[in-house]
Amino acid sequence: MNKHLLSAADLSQADALEILDTAAQMDRALAGREVKKLPTLRGRTVVNLFFEDSTRTRTSFELAAKRLSADVINFSAKGSSVSKGESLKDTALTLEAMGADAVVIRHSYSGAPHRLATWVAGSVLNAGDGTHEHPTQALLDAYTMRRRLGRLDGLRVAVVGDVLHSRVARSNVLLLATLGAEVTLVAPPTLLPVGVETWPASVSYDLDAVLPKLDVCMMIRVQRERMASSYFPSAREYSRRYGLDARRMAALPEHAIVMHPGPMNRGMEIAAEVADHPNRSTIVEQVANGVSVRMAVLYLLLAGSPAGSREGDQ
Amino acid sequence: MSVPETVPDAGSGTVRTLLDAADLARTVDRIAHQILEKTDGARDAVLLGIPTRGATLARRLAARVHAFEGLAVPVGSLDITLYRDDLRLRGVRALEETSVPPTGVDGRLVVLIDDVLFSGRTVRAALDALRDLGRPRAVQLAVLVDRGHRELPIRADYVGKNVPTALGEQVRVRMAEVDGLDAVELGPPAPPPPGYAPSAVGNRPEVQP
Repeated sequence: MNKHLLSAADLSQADALEILDTAAQMDRALAGREVKKLPTLRGRTVVNLFFEDSTRTRTSFELAAKRLSADVINFSAKGSSVSKGESLKDTALTLEAMGADAVVIRHSYSGAPHRLATWVAGSVLNAGDGTHEHPTQALLDAYTMRRRLGRLDGLRVAVVGDVLHSRVARSNVLLLATLGAEVTLVAPPTLLPVGVETWPASVSYDLDAVLPKLDVCMMIRVQRERMASSYFPSAREYSRRYGLDARRMAALPEHAIVMHPGPMNRGMEIAAEVADHPNRSTIVEQVANGVSVRMAVLYLLLAGSPAGSREGDQ
Repeated sequence: MSVPETVPDAGSGTVRTLLDAADLARTVDRIAHQILEKTDGARDAVLLGIPTRGATLARRLAARVHAFEGLAVPVGSLDITLYRDDLRLRGVRALEETSVPPTGVDGRLVVLIDDVLFSGRTVRAALDALRDLGRPRAVQLAVLVDRGHRELPIRADYVGKNVPTALGEQVRVRMAEVDGLDAVELGPPAPPPPGYAPSAVGNRPEVQP
C-alpha cells in the first residue's frame, strides 16, 4: 500500500481487498467483546483536521483511531487559528511539529489532501476534499456490499443523484471498477460532471429503467449547499424522477440493497419508508462498517511504518 | 554462531524431519490425553489456537478429546497480530481469523495452543489479547514443539517434543489442512527478508512462514 490514502484510484485491487479483508478480521476480533480496544497503535498520534462540517466521518475516524489505542487530536476550522487567517500549510506544519503520525483531512477544496501530503512527514488520509474524492466512504460501501451480497465482482450497482457535486460518487465509481463491479450513474444531465464519459461507468437518465437489473441502489444526497444556481426545476420534480420511494423500491430485485452515505434528505432523494426498511436499507450498517474499515486503513498505513521521523522515537 | 552437539547437521543446508505424520498423530493424541488428565476431564476447558497452525492443532486436539471421552470441548482461534510488539520492526502483516466460542472465556480454563514455542513473545501477545476477551479461571499453554531460546519467563504446560536448536535454524510445522501433509522439520537458517535487520534483538520470527 501507499503511504497515503488520497484517492480510491491509487488502490490496486490487491490493496483494496487487503483493506476489506483486514476490516472483516477487525470486526471478528472485536465481536462480542467487552473491551473494544486493541493496543496496536499505542503511542501513535492521529490528527483529525476538519475544515468542513462532518458528523459521521469525523467521529468514525476518531473512534477507529481510539479503538486502536492511538492518541487523537480533533481540530476543526471553527475556533482555531484558521479563523484568524492561517494558511493550510502553516496549520499543517504546526501539527507536524506536534508529531502527528497521520493527518485525516477534510477540506472544501478539491486536492487539498494532495498538497498536504507534500508538506507533512506522516500519512495523509483524505476524508473528503471538495467535490473530488472520499476514499474511505467508498471502501466502507464496498465492504457493506460484500458483507450483504457475498461478492463484488460482477455486482451491478447504480449510483443515483447529484453525481456532479459528489465525492462519494467519484470514489465509489473508481473503487468499484477496480473491484470488478458494473456501475451505472443515474442523474439528470445537469447533475453529471463534464467528462463523465471517461469514467469507468455507464450513464442513464432513467431510474425506472435501471432498477430491475440492480444488486445495489446507492442514493446520493442532493447537495444544496454547493449549488449556486438551479440544476433542476423543483425539489418535487427531482424527487418524482430520481427519488427512491416505496414504489420504485418494489421494482428492485428481491435481494437488492439500498444504500445512502448520509446525511439524507428524507423525502427528497430517498423516502423515509425506504431509508428505514429493515431488510433492504443498509444505512445504519454503513455507519458501523465505517469504523471497521477506517481501523483497517489506519492499521495498514501506520502500524508497520517506522516511526523514526519524529522526536521522541527511539 | 555456536551449534549445539545435539543438532549435528545444522548449517549443512539439509532439512531434517523431526516428526513424520504418524509421530505427529501420536503426539497430538498424547497431548489430548494430558489435557484431559491435567484439567480434570476438560469439563470447563476452552481450546484457543493461535493461527495459522496453532488453530489447526486446536481443532485436532478437540477432535481427539471428543474421540476419547465423547466430550465436545469449545474450540476457537485467537489472532494476536494486533497485539504483537514487533509490528514497527517487521511491518504490517495480514490479520488472521479470530473466533471465540460462544461460551466465552470468563471463568473457564483456557488452553492456548501454538505450533512452536520459541521466544515466548507470541504467547505474551496472546495473554494480552486474552485479557481483553475476558477473565479465564486459569490459562495453560500447549505446544507441539518447544525449541528453546526463550526471551520471556514463559513455559508450556503440554509439550509435544522438546527440540534443541540453534538460534538461526528454522523449525517448520506442516499440517495437512494448511500444507497438504503432516510433518515437523528442522531446516538451516533462512536468509533474512529484505529490510530485516538481524542484529536487532528480540524481533526474530517466532512462527516460520
